[in-house]
Amino acid sequence: MTGLPLLSIAIWLPIVGGLLVLATGGDRNAGLARLVALIAAVAGFLVTIPLYVGFDATTSDMQFTELLPWIPRFNIQYQLGVDGISVLFILLNSFITPLVVLAGWKVIEEKAAQYMAAFLIMSGLMNGIFSALDAVLFYVFFEASLIPMYIIIGVWGGPNRVYAAFKFFLYTLLGSLLMLVALIYLFFQSGFSFNLLEWHQLKIPLTAQIYLFLAFLMAFAVKVPMWPVHTWLPDAHVEAPTGGSVVLAAIMLKLGAYGFLRFSLPIAPDASRELAWLMIALSLTAVVYIGFVALVQADMKKLIAYSSISHMGFVTLGFFIFNSLGIEGALVQMISHGFISGAMFLCVGVLYDRMHSRQIADYGGVVNTMPKFAALFMFFAMANAGLPATSGFVGEFMVILGAVQFNFWVGFAAATTLILGAAYTLWMYKRVVFGAVANHHVAELADIDARELVILGILALCVLGMGLYPYPFTEVMHASVENLLKHVAVPKF
Amino acid sequence: MNFVMPDLYPASAEIFLLLMTCAVLLVDLFAGKGRHWLVYLLTQLTLAGCFGITFFTLDGQAVTTFSNMFVDDLFADFLKLVLYPAVAVMLVYSREYLAARNLDKGEFYLLVLFATLGMMVMISASHFLTIYLGLELLALSLYALVAIDRDSARATEAAMKYFVLGAMASGLLLYGISMVYGATGSLDIVEVGQRIATGGGNKTVLVFGLVFVVAGLAFKLGVVPFHMWIPDVYHGAPTAVTLFIGSAPKLAAFAIAMRVLVTGLAELAEHWQVMLTILAALSIALGNLAAIAQTNLKRMLAYSAISHMGFMLLGILSGIVGGDPRFALNAYSSAMFYAITYVLMSLGSFGMILLLSRASFEAENIEDFKGLNKRSPWFAAMMMILMFSMAGMPFFVGFFAKFAVLQSVVAAKMVWLAVFAVLFSLVGAFYYLRVVKVMYFDAPTDTAPIEAPRDMRYLLSINGLAVALLGLLPQGVLEYSIYASYAFLAGH
Repeated sequence: MTGLPLLSIAIWLPIVGGLLVLATGGDRNAGLARLVALIAAVAGFLVTIPLYVGFDATTSDMQFTELLPWIPRFNIQYQLGVDGISVLFILLNSFITPLVVLAGWKVIEEKAAQYMAAFLIMSGLMNGIFSALDAVLFYVFFEASLIPMYIIIGVWGGPNRVYAAFKFFLYTLLGSLLMLVALIYLFFQSGFSFNLLEWHQLKIPLTAQIYLFLAFLMAFAVKVPMWPVHTWLPDAHVEAPTGGSVVLAAIMLKLGAYGFLRFSLPIAPDASRELAWLMIALSLTAVVYIGFVALVQADMKKLIAYSSISHMGFVTLGFFIFNSLGIEGALVQMISHGFISGAMFLCVGVLYDRMHSRQIADYGGVVNTMPKFAALFMFFAMANAGLPATSGFVGEFMVILGAVQFNFWVGFAAATTLILGAAYTLWMYKRVVFGAVANHHVAELADIDARELVILGILALCVLGMGLYPYPFTEVMHASVENLLKHVAVPKF
Repeated sequence: MNFVMPDLYPASAEIFLLLMTCAVLLVDLFAGKGRHWLVYLLTQLTLAGCFGITFFTLDGQAVTTFSNMFVDDLFADFLKLVLYPAVAVMLVYSREYLAARNLDKGEFYLLVLFATLGMMVMISASHFLTIYLGLELLALSLYALVAIDRDSARATEAAMKYFVLGAMASGLLLYGISMVYGATGSLDIVEVGQRIATGGGNKTVLVFGLVFVVAGLAFKLGVVPFHMWIPDVYHGAPTAVTLFIGSAPKLAAFAIAMRVLVTGLAELAEHWQVMLTILAALSIALGNLAAIAQTNLKRMLAYSAISHMGFMLLGILSGIVGGDPRFALNAYSSAMFYAITYVLMSLGSFGMILLLSRASFEAENIEDFKGLNKRSPWFAAMMMILMFSMAGMPFFVGFFAKFAVLQSVVAAKMVWLAVFAVLFSLVGAFYYLRVVKVMYFDAPTDTAPIEAPRDMRYLLSINGLAVALLGLLPQGVLEYSIYASYAFLAGH
């Protein structure tokens, strides 16, 4: 591949942009900081477009690869590349960042420069996670991305932000530290290499595979998050500022799921098949049980957080039924969930900015004062419930089809989400938006302004577009998913 | 018996330092009050001169002198080249603090120079007696330094404690050395190694001696259960002295541990490995757990030092796997890398305490860092880098230090030990995070502007940035440690 090192640019441009934003100084220059941040974020998105345009969907090989020696002492390389599985997440991540910057435009008045910088740096780090082909490089990005999020939750979060920030950090660190030991173990097993593609070809005895699988599971299950290690997410979501919640839900949760596809399945395929029952059981628990939990939430953000866990249960379910419908459906679900959950959190953010409350009980009859908002919110709520013609439907439907192919009852249990999802989302929507105006605060609400309309409008278009015509997404991933499935089917010990 | 003039060339840096120390002593005597800057400058020049001498006399050869009591090899030179800057940086950081407390007397600089000489002798020792000489020179200077603020009850108590425990540790070490001498009939480290390898010496006596030697070393390193003095001394000593104790001496302790255990007693590796494993595991566990309960930053960093030394021991103990030294280079260079990066981080974090301290105010409580992000975003960022680095987060150099040590432990087939270590570094992450929390999430209670001399502010910034930059590009320092460890292993 000739030309520009696009992936490096996608990683380092936002990070350098973030440092520039920091350099604008204190709150006196907040306007300049916002402007620089927006330019950096948009530029960061624009440079990822050639990744999609120039992507060759007919091959499962890594593309746009870059290779430089980084730390020869441990044979660690600065090795980047994307395949059909990862390329879309780089786009999604870079796409969400400008929206997050815009969403925090007016709301964040204190330390605006640091806020914007944290998001930009995090965006770059997460692009690094999705494009790293060296295990240590991956790990380094994976852990480093905790730092900006910790700061974001802790500095700009709600009343209980300190607790949430610590819980978020320590929970996720616990998982990834065990993965570090697994990575080092693989380094010696593979004859001193951290090359992920080489690891995929490595023959490992089943017992070792199971240990490795469990170590990876610790890291990725916390990040997804899977039941029962999900408890950090509602706390983090509730306390995080809107932008933080959006990035958490839209991108950070995807890191765990992506890890399963990049590490667990290809490196420990036999253990993956051995333990698929466990993964399916955990996923279904998340889908059904967490769906019920979401039903009883009184806090909107918490409700969406639980809904995220439930939807991510779908993703892990899709991975471990080992057919292409399942995995592709799960990937579509991940991207669609990125749009929808991001939009849902932005909608709650719109309300929170005006009322400073996230309690469902404080609202009622919002449609009377905010009709434009109510319409958009309605659309995203429907998408969250999996209404056909929205992106939410495509992924869920594919996974359910795949699950039925695998086992009817698994498919059946998964399908209950269509009812549960509709129940908790629409019931919340009804209580917040419909009915008589609940109190004078609601009566004084102003409808969304142009900025908010643009943000939500763009996301609505994405959700609708992907729902009506998902082919551009599935086309890109198809070859890589088929290759992964072929790879997993072959015993490796 | 004829007197043979020993070859002084290998020890030229030490001799230069000693001569200069005497000169500083005289200058201090005649310079009078208000001329402390002269003593300070001379001290810095001395260190720079030592750096120059060591640097320009670098060669790949290991030369011994003074009847094999003193060795000048690449391992020693490389460690000394880190030692001088560490001491120099510490002097820059401490200057204002000492001046504000009327402690910047000539004695301070003299004691620091003597301690530096002690460390250099320790690093270059190839004889048990030389080790002891260096160790005592360092220790006695440090006892005095801790008590340099003689009106402070806390400092005096700390110095007393340090002295009593340190003397006991020296006693243990000497007792162990005498056992080794009894068994092998030699005090020359290389010769001891050879005699044990050829089956000389009673194993029981040797192992008995080894226990005392390891206990003595453990005291000096400050690892559990010989760590009692660390928190009290770190806490009680003036922060400038804490900074000194917490940085450079770790390099010297690393050097003597390597010389004694790896060069001298390699044949007993299976025994000292078990001992070090216990010491390291206990240190990592207790250091990290006890640090959580601290509200005083100096005490917290003291416990953190204990756990860091435990980590460094992991590197030393994983060099020989069941008698197979295949991974020795990997392991020892990792331990050395850990020691070097720890010194860098330790200098920075105590430097931050010194930065925030004023004439009548010690910024030694974690609370004192409240809202630092509001007061000075730049230094808050530096402290954040240092804390995350100490916690072992990427992209900071502390991550690669932990990574290097962990991979050497896994190479030695002790995966469980690696898992144990990472689980406790998770515990450790908590208290480093708390410092970041205080700086970023809390509102400031103290709004006094941060005033410090320009050289200190620049140096502290460079220190913090170095931690970040070496985290991005650690290869250079890793190679540096490899060269040194290679030379060390080639030497015996």
